[in-house]
Amino acid sequence: MISKGKTDQVTINLDGQDVEVPAGMNLVDAVALHGKEIPHYCYHPQLSVAGNCRMCLIEMGTPMRDRGTGEAILEEDGSPKIGWVPKPVIGCGTNVSPGMHVKTESEMVTGCREGIMEFLLVNHPLDCPICDQAGECRLQEFATDYGRGYSRYKERKNVKPKRTRLGPRVTLDDERCILCSRCIRFSQEVAKDDVLGFVDRGSFSTLTCFPGKELANNYSLNTVDICPVGALTSTDFRFKMRVWFLKETLSICPESSAGCNTLVSSREGEIHRIAPRRNDAVNDSWMTDSGRALYKQVKSDDRLKTPLVDREESTMEDALHSTVNALQGKSVGVVGSCNSTVEEQYLLNRLAKEAKAKKYLRGHFGEDDGILLSADRTPNLRGALITGLASSYPTEHLSSLAQALKKDRLETLIVVGEDLIDSKVDAELLSGVQIIYLGTHENATSNLARVVIPTLTSFEKSGSFVNRGFFLQGFQQAVPGPAGLLPDVSVLARLINELTGEGESSSDIDSIWKDMARSSTSPLKGLSFSDCKKDGIQLDGSKWADLAFVEKKALHYQPNAKPKDG
Amino acid sequence: MEFDSEMLQQLGLKALFALLMVSAVMTMAGYSVLAERKVSAWMQGRVGPNRTVLPFVEHIPFIGPFLKGLGIFQPLADGLKFLFKEEIVPGHVNKVYYYMAPLVALVPALTTMTVLPFGEYFDEAGNSSPLILANLEVGILFIFAVSSLGVYGIVLAGWSSNSKYPFLGGIRSSAQMISYELAMGLSLLPIFLWVSVPGSEDSALSLVGIVNSQNDGAWLLIVQPVSALIFLVALFAETNRLPFDMPESETDLVGGFHTEYGSFKFGIFFVAEYAHIVVGSAIFTTIFLGGWHFLPWIADPWPATWIGTLLGIGWFLAKTVCLIFFFIWIRWTIPRFRYDQVMNLGWTKLLPLALVNLIVYVLLVTWLDQPPSVTP
Amino acid sequence: MAKTVVLERKPLSLSERTYLPQIVTGLKTTFSNMFKEKVTLQYPEEKPQLPQNYRGVPTLVKDPNGREKCVSCQLCEFVCPPKAIRITPGSVPEDEEDREHVEKAPQEFEINMLRCIYCGYCQEVCPEEAIFLLDEYSSSGYTREEMINNKAKLYELGGTLPDKHYKWDKKKDAEEEGNAH
Repeated sequence: MISKGKTDQVTINLDGQDVEVPAGMNLVDAVALHGKEIPHYCYHPQLSVAGNCRMCLIEMGTPMRDRGTGEAILEEDGSPKIGWVPKPVIGCGTNVSPGMHVKTESEMVTGCREGIMEFLLVNHPLDCPICDQAGECRLQEFATDYGRGYSRYKERKNVKPKRTRLGPRVTLDDERCILCSRCIRFSQEVAKDDVLGFVDRGSFSTLTCFPGKELANNYSLNTVDICPVGALTSTDFRFKMRVWFLKETLSICPESSAGCNTLVSSREGEIHRIAPRRNDAVNDSWMTDSGRALYKQVKSDDRLKTPLVDREESTMEDALHSTVNALQGKSVGVVGSCNSTVEEQYLLNRLAKEAKAKKYLRGHFGEDDGILLSADRTPNLRGALITGLASSYPTEHLSSLAQALKKDRLETLIVVGEDLIDSKVDAELLSGVQIIYLGTHENATSNLARVVIPTLTSFEKSGSFVNRGFFLQGFQQAVPGPAGLLPDVSVLARLINELTGEGESSSDIDSIWKDMARSSTSPLKGLSFSDCKKDGIQLDGSKWADLAFVEKKALHYQPNAKPKDG
Repeated sequence: MEFDSEMLQQLGLKALFALLMVSAVMTMAGYSVLAERKVSAWMQGRVGPNRTVLPFVEHIPFIGPFLKGLGIFQPLADGLKFLFKEEIVPGHVNKVYYYMAPLVALVPALTTMTVLPFGEYFDEAGNSSPLILANLEVGILFIFAVSSLGVYGIVLAGWSSNSKYPFLGGIRSSAQMISYELAMGLSLLPIFLWVSVPGSEDSALSLVGIVNSQNDGAWLLIVQPVSALIFLVALFAETNRLPFDMPESETDLVGGFHTEYGSFKFGIFFVAEYAHIVVGSAIFTTIFLGGWHFLPWIADPWPATWIGTLLGIGWFLAKTVCLIFFFIWIRWTIPRFRYDQVMNLGWTKLLPLALVNLIVYVLLVTWLDQPPSVTP
Repeated sequence: MAKTVVLERKPLSLSERTYLPQIVTGLKTTFSNMFKEKVTLQYPEEKPQLPQNYRGVPTLVKDPNGREKCVSCQLCEFVCPPKAIRITPGSVPEDEEDREHVEKAPQEFEINMLRCIYCGYCQEVCPEEAIFLLDEYSSSGYTREEMINNKAKLYELGGTLPDKHYKWDKKKDAEEEGNAH
């Protein structure tokens, strides 16, 4: 985004007032900077301009110049004479120029909007009671602003297919489509998977997939988000919950190191959908379909819900007590996770220090799609580096742990959320070791563990992640965790306190941040949790510039790029 | 004195009469409750209890539905309800006095009627003797003495409940009783003055004497209207009837003295209250309304046989029932007094009025009783 | 401002101060009341005449063709002040001929009559005219669960009401008339 105060500002006259706007910006965005709205459907700030909905029609004029001399023609009072364009122009397709005059509230503009609305509603079905978009529908909103309130259309409305399957996750209701083509442009420009198009003419125009193709790419659900009406619907969310019941929480997608900004929508402690949140430095307005499905793990069957000691159900107190017993005076190893938040990694690092433990960190890697699904499939690998939990780049397989176990050097292992068996550590090696497992879901390691302390998913706790571009991004608790469970930071703080015998370690996020920000060498110096909650903070990652990060060039990310100044 | 068969027979007869009277008064008390509910309902445009009916009566044509509509069987149901309700005793009460209180309230009400004449009996010679359980010479004093004991029941209930509202109810009740007893007593003195004939063998404190003095002459209500009024007002206060139901006043004391009482114990209080009304009405009838005698200045129209006895008793009961209706009527007409108003009325209005009334009649009787001797 | 008129209270006469005439007047009033017509309604046998706009128990109604009108838009759930309504939305199977155009219908619809305050907002807000507060006013049960009316109970209580619009049928007609794409 272009911030204010730069030199390339121009002055335009907006509804009689001179305002400064960045040069080259189109009118819809420029006017929005000054708190006014030009209604629009087809325009999207992160897609190309199509200009086909005509909703953003405004009146525009530029200062007149003498054709011969090129000098400005002045009015009698000395002000420049404005040559108004005789017909309305579309705001999205018009860029600002110095001295431009714009009317967004004139009689003609209102008339245009009313006319456009009436045409859009001619064939639009009265589906609002059953439409999932109701409540967040641009057509509904502008219909209340510019709609007629009754229909002059005596003929029968068009009838089109209501439940077309566009892909595995997207269902199309053709009747509701207003042909804005946002979804088509998104598929072409962002997802790079050109499968959608219009067929037929006039009121028969219909959105379809190209023959033999379907909208199956991992970004297909973004078309549902950008659809200004309820035409494209998420098959998963369809008819599940009306949007006005949903409580929205700012969150960060834990799927990969891309760190997409998200909005988690929940009702009464149950998550119903996850949608992207606009952040022009990280994910624009997009996120992956796979990231949206992650909320299902909150209620999955293999979720750990009660503490286990020796595979028997137990209480949190007993589990913590057994853990401390297993740590005291033993040779300890700690297996950290890149899925943990910065705060948890910091406390785990302290715990390892107190227990004089050897630290291991496991990474998860996959294919990089070059957009928002990076090769590093953990949200917080860089957090582990910053908090000192890891000094080298983590690997998929914990061979050093396996070697240490072979030499019989470890008696107790604290494992945070990772599956050791899965990372090439033989189960036989673990047989003589007391495993303390802190995690959300069952796996082969938790089944071997002596103590299992269930923890919370990222939707059930607050914390922060550091993404691939060294953006520190905080997220909020969206839903309450299972009854009786403690946040990970509380568990870790309790363990540290019991181990040291001092009660100094607090599980309060703000005080953890006070501790973290104290170190003069850390990139977190002087920061607090509230700083990173709204927008991300660019951290200085130059210390780790020579590590072999696996991410490829992607949206808003350059491998080994020198961090820009925040 | 030795027991002979005649004495034993006498005793048995008295016991039988006593039992009859108790059951008559209790029945009347029960039906006063029904009357209260019915009359209040009618006065308020409702119909009152009209659902209770015995299974077989229900099927009698005309009569069945009529009795059902009158709620004739309602007292039966009420009594059964009180009997079978769960007995609840709060933990904080003084048990002995708590249980004693309802009895203390009921017994005086039933005892007063032993000296109440309710008719006359004619022997073969035509001589009449009053129908009365115990013809005391000092009947009216006995009534005053015993009926005042009734307040102990209320005071005991208020105190033994060990709770503030009953306590307040008990205190109010005792204060009220003391205040109105005075006016009540004073209001009756002119009666005795009026009735007693100088040199008469009959005691003027005998209720039978009072009744007979009204035969074929003016009722004392007509002769002594002020006394009758004071006595009536005091009677309302003594029986704790609205507008004087201070000990109970639901609006400020929840249930008053019986707040902590339930089931049958409450039932006894309830019956005692109505027994007081019944007996009170009977006393008023005896003293002021000519007892079993017919209308003022008219000799009894019935023959001096057993028919006359029955008709006399019936006439007496009719007057009593009318008075009970008057009690109920007043209750649903006049709102409750404030406590200070009750005290004010008793001490500053009724007591002086009774005194003035007494003095006036003392002078009047003295003047009337002057032997018609020397005329100047 | 209205002018304040101070009324002089006349001193009471002697007879008024005894209150006896007033008491007699009162007695007359109550006595005459005894013979007036009674207003009591013998309830279980006689039922009250309910006014047209009576708000009884909320119910779900069907249209004259026997189809459920509710499309589970959940506006009633949203507007319900005591949060008595709980809807689980569901979809109408595509092959159901009668209602294929409706698409959406409640899977479960519960109204907790222990919470309901009979305000009628649900009826007012319903865009499909599917929920009505009809004249059923006596609802009772032995358990809390019994007092939660489920979908079957709500349709049983509501029955069928005439429909002025047949909104979804119009859509079907339009399709049959050849407006289909």
